[in-house]
Amino acid sequence: MKQWNSRKTMYCFFVLSIIFLAVVTVIGYFSYDKAMVVDFSRKNLPPSFSYPFGTDWMGRDMFARTMTGISMSIMLGVLAAAVSSVIAFSLGIIGASMGKAADGFVSGLIDLVMGIPHILLLVLISFALGKGFKGVVTGIAITHWTSLARLIRGEVLQLKESQYIKIAEKLGHGKLKTAVKHMTPHLLPQVLVGFVLLFPHAILHEAGITFLGFGLPPEQPAVGIILSEGMKYLTMGSWWLALFPGLLLTIVVVLFHLVGDILGRLIDPGRIHQ
Amino acid sequence: MRLEAIDISFRYDNGNRKIINNLSMHMDKDERLGITAPSGFGKTTLCKILAGYEKPDSGAVLLDGKQLFAYKGYCPVQMVWQHPELSVNPRFRLKEVLKEGDRVEKHVIEGLGIEPDWLERYPSEVSGGELQRFCIARALGQGTRFLLADEISTMLDLITQSQIWNFLMEEITLRGIGLMVVSHSEGLLKRVCTRRINLDQLGVKQ
Repeated sequence: MKQWNSRKTMYCFFVLSIIFLAVVTVIGYFSYDKAMVVDFSRKNLPPSFSYPFGTDWMGRDMFARTMTGISMSIMLGVLAAAVSSVIAFSLGIIGASMGKAADGFVSGLIDLVMGIPHILLLVLISFALGKGFKGVVTGIAITHWTSLARLIRGEVLQLKESQYIKIAEKLGHGKLKTAVKHMTPHLLPQVLVGFVLLFPHAILHEAGITFLGFGLPPEQPAVGIILSEGMKYLTMGSWWLALFPGLLLTIVVVLFHLVGDILGRLIDPGRIHQ
Repeated sequence: MRLEAIDISFRYDNGNRKIINNLSMHMDKDERLGITAPSGFGKTTLCKILAGYEKPDSGAVLLDGKQLFAYKGYCPVQMVWQHPELSVNPRFRLKEVLKEGDRVEKHVIEGLGIEPDWLERYPSEVSGGELQRFCIARALGQGTRFLLADEISTMLDLITQSQIWNFLMEEITLRGIGLMVVSHSEGLLKRVCTRRINLDQLGVKQ
């Protein structure tokens, strides 16, 4: 009865990925001070045992810098994507199930935010909040919920027409209970996919506005900064400056995607016997 | 208690012909009313209107002399649909489907032949006939006064059909629930019903 199946394999992958992401985040968080040390006696060293990712032109340990940057990106990405998904989910449900006026308001809000170019709004919000981590997270969180909210709204409108939702209403379940209990299980996979897709987006935008000078301060080890600096030194033969941080970023994004995908499968009753 | 439809007309929003035209009918709580008509004559539509799923364009549906739409919360008129697979949330386990109803009693669940080990499964993991029993059980909550059965036993084998109908007759007599049976099966209507209406001859679609 208790035999091994692919569901359990998925559980293992899921847990391992989460552990990996958590470990990277924690290591990065605690190597912040190490990442800031400048030592010109060890500049431009290729990867070795004591500096696995090499050092840059200021003699900073690239391993510590990369870990700190990735950790920063993971925290920033998760936070911004989570807030964004929650906004999208709530507004989507409110718009579709609370009557015409609410729907008009939500649709209008979606069009309003969508109508302004992302990067412009991001820069404005981040600048108004004094740049830095807080500014970037807030900026990304309140500009990126629109397409997901539109998707959720459509899904709820469709669910509302289904027989079992109508039956639930006749069985005396209120609007809120129907939305939470009956619809959420159908919407969760959408929200998860949206969340996972938002994550690399958030990191990309962090790099973008940091490059423009409205994001994180330039001395901060962040993936965007590391990569754009690494680009300049690529032609001079310092391949390790861009390769390792880039590789790690790719791994993190792929793992994140995997986690979202597995979670979506695990909660889908149609796949319970796989 | 009496469920009545007074001079109702209905047309679906997609602009089709009028399906129900100035129909009046009534049923009492100790009645078992049979409805027959050829396909496309609005049997299901009539059920939907009587159970409050659709509002008639004109006329009124009254329960005990009060507008059916004035009843808030659990609707005393419950309908069991023809397609059980569309009537339960595919993301609920079947025990949660039963909990959706109004305190469904244990003897109802047992009487309909629902096995305990089905309760942990999802709707896609039981057959249509098994699923239909859950739909019937769910509709037999404590607040139910009228039950509208829209072709509920078409997908069942004869032995199961008789098992379910025997239980249903016993249960509704015991609790004083009015039953409306929509079916194409002459034999079933003869066995179950105390009165019959043929929509063919009664103001439906002219």
